[in-house]
Amino acid sequence: MADTYYDPADLRKFGKISEWSEELGSKFFDYYGKVFEEGALSAREKSLIALAVAHVVKCPYCIDAYTKDGLQRGITKEEMMESVHVGAAIESGATLVHGVQMMKKYDKLSM
Amino acid sequence: MSTKSLKARHDVLAQSNKQLEILNGGLFEEGELPFFKDKIDAIGAYPLRPKKLEILQINVGYMCNQVCEHCHVDAGPDRKEIMTRETMELCLEVIRNTGAHTLDLTGGAPEMNPDFRWFVEQAAEAGIKDFIVRSNLTIIRANKKYYDLPQFFKKHNIHVISSMPHYTRGKTDKQRGDGVFDSSIKALQELNAVGYGMPDSDLRLDLVYNPSGAFLPGNQAALEADFKKALKQDFDIDFHKLFAITNLPIARFLDYLLASGNYEDYMYSLVEAYNPSAVAGVMCTNTISVSWDGWLYDCDFNQMLGLKVASKVKHLKDYNEEVLNDRDIVISQHCYGCTAGAGSSCQGTVA
Repeated sequence: MADTYYDPADLRKFGKISEWSEELGSKFFDYYGKVFEEGALSAREKSLIALAVAHVVKCPYCIDAYTKDGLQRGITKEEMMESVHVGAAIESGATLVHGVQMMKKYDKLSM
Repeated sequence: MSTKSLKARHDVLAQSNKQLEILNGGLFEEGELPFFKDKIDAIGAYPLRPKKLEILQINVGYMCNQVCEHCHVDAGPDRKEIMTRETMELCLEVIRNTGAHTLDLTGGAPEMNPDFRWFVEQAAEAGIKDFIVRSNLTIIRANKKYYDLPQFFKKHNIHVISSMPHYTRGKTDKQRGDGVFDSSIKALQELNAVGYGMPDSDLRLDLVYNPSGAFLPGNQAALEADFKKALKQDFDIDFHKLFAITNLPIARFLDYLLASGNYEDYMYSLVEAYNPSAVAGVMCTNTISVSWDGWLYDCDFNQMLGLKVASKVKHLKDYNEEVLNDRDIVISQHCYGCTAGAGSSCQGTVA
């Protein structure tokens, strides 16, 4: 039994989720594959978005996967770090914008 | 980065049998990953057999002015294996009579062979359609005696294929050594100046991209577009095609994978990316590789692993194309490198 919740080697077993639900697993992987194809956005742009989201949802598997994916696409470390900051900025912005709610509530409750 | 070859360091990985032990053992021996043989047997491609011979690839020596971290040749300034003029004569006889349409000179840095120019002049007269020299670019700027190489290549209508791991300085120098990026840029500009790589020029200049680490190359066309844009914008450099080549787990790249703890993951990546439709186009089916001392191999990788052709004809002195073409190709687990994703060969993707 692994003594941590996350094992890097589990990432390559991701496909096994289909074994317990073939239909849903296949639908998910088909969808996933389609999402990352070249489209209105380039596959390169999607890779950087995925990297940013991976950090926001704090998924260690996704961070490993999209760092490697970025390297494969020739994406530079500067581009990768900027995308992480985009994720971090949105995440901290999402916290801070609630400050407006706090201010309104404060004002409402105060004489 | 070490400035010496594995051989000069007396590293155990300088021995090809030790490399083969690693490639045949571990994950494969334990049944975690399938052997390449079984994988191609499943699609009826075992034993792998040659098609028509198209490319004669000659390695004129392992000496190089660089000691790149990923080099499967384990080349470097300390390597003394250099093709003699006598062996070149044997090559020329084959070149004059071969059915192959492409002659591909590689190394090491082929230009460092003292008889390189003589050999090129002689070989160019044989009238082979596509005459390639794999130049590492920095050699052109390494010493005054090499400064005129662009003109020399032009004179003999050589197709130049050069390594360029990235269009940024940091990634290039990390893989190939400090100063390599600037020197490569200067060399590319000089090749452009004599007409190489220009949009409508017949003087072919292609680049080779090898990933600078334990990951596979991405889409070749997308990488080519990125390289073209960046090199044009930043340095006004033109080139024709970009070949994305997968690093095979051999020699210094194998050493790097093991030392960095990436070997197992990398082998998983190669096996996962196995593309059955790439098998038919692997370069060993249309190429013969010749070593500095005249031995024959299915490819340059097999050459470095000491895996000679499985044929009665094993050396240039016994060369017979018909007999040679009737052979089974020697394979091992490094072959997954040529069937991963869109496939990989000295001419880029194959699938």
